[in-house]
Amino acid sequence: MEKIENKPIAIQLKGITKTFGNVSANKDVTMDVRRGEILAVLGENGSGKTTLMNMIAGIYYPDEGQIFVNGEEAVIRSPQDAFRHGIGMIHQHFKLVDVFTAAQNIVLGVREKGRYKLKDANERVFEIAEKYGFHIDPEKKVYEMSVSEKQTVEIVKVLYRGADILILDEPTAVLTPQETEKLFDVLRRMRDDGKSIIIITHKLNEVLEISDRVAVLRKGEYVGTVETAETNELALTEMMVGKKVSLNIERTEPENSCDRLFVAHLNCRDREGVKKLDDVTFTARAGEILGIAGIAGSGQRELLEAIAGLQHLESGEITYIDPESGEEVNLRDKTPMQIRELGVRLSFVPEDRLGMGLVGNMDIVDNMMLRSYGKGKSIFLDRKDPKKLAENIIESLEVVTPGLHTPVRRLSGGNVQKVLVGREIASTPTVLMAAYPVRGLDINSSYTIYNLLTKQKENGVAVIFVGEDLDVLIELCDRILVIGSGRVAGILDGRTAKKEEIGLLMTGSRENTGAAAENEAEENLEENIPDGKGGAHE
Amino acid sequence: MNNEAVKVKSVREPLFHVVKRTEIVWWKAWLIRAAAIVAALVATGLLSFIVLKKSPFFVYSSIFSGIFGSSRRILMFLRSTAILLLISLAVTPAFKMRFWNTGAEGQVLVGAFASVFCMYYLGGKVPDGILIPIMFVVSLAAGAVWAGIPAVFRAKWKTNETLFTLMMNYIAIQLVLYTIKIWRPTGTGKLEALPYGNLPQIAGGDFWLSVIVAVIVTALVYVYLKYSKQGYEISVVGESENTARYIGIDVKKVIIRTLLISGALCGLAGFMLAAGIDHTVSDETVGGMGFTAILVSWLAKFDPIAMVFVSALVTFLQQGTGQLMTDCGIANSFFSDIVIGIMFFFIIGCEFFITYKLKFRKSDKKEKDK
Repeated sequence: MEKIENKPIAIQLKGITKTFGNVSANKDVTMDVRRGEILAVLGENGSGKTTLMNMIAGIYYPDEGQIFVNGEEAVIRSPQDAFRHGIGMIHQHFKLVDVFTAAQNIVLGVREKGRYKLKDANERVFEIAEKYGFHIDPEKKVYEMSVSEKQTVEIVKVLYRGADILILDEPTAVLTPQETEKLFDVLRRMRDDGKSIIIITHKLNEVLEISDRVAVLRKGEYVGTVETAETNELALTEMMVGKKVSLNIERTEPENSCDRLFVAHLNCRDREGVKKLDDVTFTARAGEILGIAGIAGSGQRELLEAIAGLQHLESGEITYIDPESGEEVNLRDKTPMQIRELGVRLSFVPEDRLGMGLVGNMDIVDNMMLRSYGKGKSIFLDRKDPKKLAENIIESLEVVTPGLHTPVRRLSGGNVQKVLVGREIASTPTVLMAAYPVRGLDINSSYTIYNLLTKQKENGVAVIFVGEDLDVLIELCDRILVIGSGRVAGILDGRTAKKEEIGLLMTGSRENTGAAAENEAEENLEENIPDGKGGAHE
Repeated sequence: MNNEAVKVKSVREPLFHVVKRTEIVWWKAWLIRAAAIVAALVATGLLSFIVLKKSPFFVYSSIFSGIFGSSRRILMFLRSTAILLLISLAVTPAFKMRFWNTGAEGQVLVGAFASVFCMYYLGGKVPDGILIPIMFVVSLAAGAVWAGIPAVFRAKWKTNETLFTLMMNYIAIQLVLYTIKIWRPTGTGKLEALPYGNLPQIAGGDFWLSVIVAVIVTALVYVYLKYSKQGYEISVVGESENTARYIGIDVKKVIIRTLLISGALCGLAGFMLAAGIDHTVSDETVGGMGFTAILVSWLAKFDPIAMVFVSALVTFLQQGTGQLMTDCGIANSFFSDIVIGIMFFFIIGCEFFITYKLKFRKSDKKEKDK
């Protein structure tokens, strides 16, 4: 294979600087991307990866510095300009029209001469898919697609517009291990076709697997680029963080473990009547971390919300065992307020931090009293204790904030999460549920959270942890419950479980049993439709 | 592809970029606002020169004399400001909860109507000392009911509150017109001022009582929203219903309770209008203030203290341009509407420069010198 240094340069950045107010997101960044390579841009949260890429893609305009595309200076003021230079970006949050088909989304906004023919578009989409090994049905509507399929549409959309340089922002965050593998195969094929791929990520194992070179950013500054073959996880982390860090989770043996929460035969449906939980049964034990693994949207959210009293159940029982009296308390169909009044100390770190766990526009103090504001008989608020709590959390968890009265939405993702987790732990829970607590967090913050969870477990709390990184689940949890299509696919011992085993359970139930069951149900439905209506359908 | 690349090369860096400010010192923000008002005055002057052929200074002095020309005009200005402020404060708790209450007009009107209803049937039969408290209670209750009905529908069945509250306005107007038709079947179709249940006058006029009530309500609403538990619940529900559910706030209860309070305050404004100022009611009693109040509440960003200044500004413009029209001998209000439009354009427009700043391109020469 040709050496990377000999490949022609596709994009060159010279002295790129971008500031937002007083914060400089990028400072004097000079780097290059070559043709036919996969370059990973690595950095902690807030290190300016996405901002830098947004400047190449025309979302932002640099305050200073120049961008050269194929050796010529380029002025990129809009995504349209970027496309003219053959640059396309696939954002973390997909930008698709739900009610359109794949092909309609792909041709949307493309200005072409001649008449608009969807048939031709379908064909061209098909060609592109063939070439790189995508699986895509041009006529499928976006709302019927899985996350991975939507991502495929986004990538094809960029290729359709003739992009030679593709930027992917955290593409694997929402994918299963198997889907990630497929994506990587496609990316490799594109690279071999001479395209430049830039992938933004903070997952080290993926960086090592897919990339040819790694460019590292730290606090907006460019640290350096290394060849992937010549580096390893520790060296990269050191470049990223700027100091040596240990990446080990200390898993202690559970002590005085006893049953704390029984969940039996839970069933529930969402508003559209789709089954979200299907006969879920498990036990959460005090002094233990129970991990929940599964593809995003397999019922994890509904399960935690059901326990927290936010989800209506069709059937099933949730029973809490009081640690002091040993009495059984029924939690089914109780509101969060009623659960608290029963003396159940249940803490919940929801997936949607700013949309559910915290109020983005309120400051840290006001967010601290979300759970406790109602205490006491006074009609007025008491901000003294919440203020103390806020100061405590800022100090003990090293929250970076301009002050106590900064709206939490202005904090970075990691700090938002520290505020939320800190508040939930402060109420000395007996059951602590956390949904994707490290999503979007950098390595340092992630390990802070893992250690906090472990500490809670050591204090005798029953911890339920919904995670997406299987390596972490295996390292952190005592037991791992695998959920697929709302069903418990298996409960494994965290100390002996294998990643592949979990991956298979995650998808297995969906592709075999789940899909089969759905087909059956559909067939039954069709049979049950009276003749008149069935005819009208055709 | 190549052709296009050449074309792109000729595209120059844009003249300026719009950059979001992270923070702005308070005096800079007020400097921008002051500059906006000066710019608005200049624009008004220019326009009046072109349209009315009058010197800008005639226009300014005419507008000012509309407010400060006599002590009576000053008092009128204070009273109108107070009533507008009252209604603005009334709609604010609902808006803070992101409940789009467009029905203040109707809620104030039924409040006024309820007062007059009591005056009409009880006037002369019970002494004013008893009649006035009854009117007070009935007015507040009427306003609360008028706001409560859409709130219940929204909480229970998720109906659209914007349309619902808007339509309640027309019901209120028709209710008033219908009742007056029954009371006064012949004649002008207007109800004359009733001599019963009139609020006491302070310092020989009906001006100061409205001002006092407005000051008290401003303080109450400020404290309620900022320091009470219920005010906190309103903020949480407004920011995110999911968060409210998550911590166990009964969202339906908060919606209905807040709208009852909001409606009752509108009813209070109606009571002040009917019992304190007009002593009668018609479909013109509120005169669009229910809608202007929405604007005031928004411009003040739901801050009761800022609302004092905004309602004063709005009243100032309305009363001042009214005087200008009289001085010019123009019967219709086209020019005063234009002037008010210009003012708002500048005042609302300047918020853009408070949130964003422009960053200009560095001159090409400098680049070449490098």
